Amino acid sequence: MSSKPTATETLDVKGQSCPMPIVKTKQAIDDLEAGDVLEVVATDSGSMSDIRGWADGTDGVELLEQVEEDELYIHYVEKTA
Amino acid sequence: MSTETHTPTEDGEPMSEAELEARIAELEEKIAGLETELGDDRKKMTIVATKGSLDMAYPPLILASTAAAFGWEVIVFHTFWGLDILHEEKSKKLKLSALGNPNMPMPNALAALPGMDSMATRMMQKRIDDNGTATIEELIDVSLESGVELQACQMTVELMEYDEDDFYEGVTTGVGAATALQHMAESDVQLLI
Repeated sequence: MSSKPTATETLDVKGQSCPMPIVKTKQAIDDLEAGDVLEVVATDSGSMSDIRGWADGTDGVELLEQVEEDELYIHYVEKTA
Repeated sequence: MSTETHTPTEDGEPMSEAELEARIAELEEKIAGLETELGDDRKKMTIVATKGSLDMAYPPLILASTAAAFGWEVIVFHTFWGLDILHEEKSKKLKLSALGNPNMPMPNALAALPGMDSMATRMMQKRIDDNGTATIEELIDVSLESGVELQACQMTVELMEYDEDDFYEGVTTGVGAATALQHMAESDVQLLI
């Protein structure tokens, strides 16, 4: 089990499917300060690829870690700028 | 300095120093103009949404809201049946066609019977609810919230006899094909759905 980054905020998107996890993650990141880490808890398995793709294609965010446990897909996204 | 390194003019004669300076100034100006154009490095996407069935209403809105999350500038130009997606009342009652849909588990002879579209729509709606898929209304809301421009083609608004007040608040009206083309020409991604 990898060590999880410490999150500043948690976003619960359990039960929501594409595109909501991405759209809500973007909105939550917008409300954070640089250096903050957002924990996104999803049940959508597609979020593993989608959050990674979104973080790669978006300036000012960095995907720190993705964890799959108990049918949950948990993502740690840092707002870098 | 050898004249061989000078760019020859069209008649093959080497350019004078003054001509070269003028040419350099001209090119510098051109580069400055191009840099200004490139200054906005946001990607841009224009989608033309022409369909108003329940299944065809999703792709434009899913792509639009996701692209907005990427920070892209997004325009969705709605025309013909695509206007129903923006129509506050109709968007909540979009239907799925059972007829002529080879993915439906029934022959066309059956699918043509009255009530079959409603049945197909109810089946799809149940799956949407069970799967946690966003409703069309939710997608419209998040799209507008995240800065997507939803446009209603003026010509078809009149053709379908819709009223501007029928659309969701925030929908852009009074636009036509020229506006759509202009956005398409400036876009990195253009889709017709």
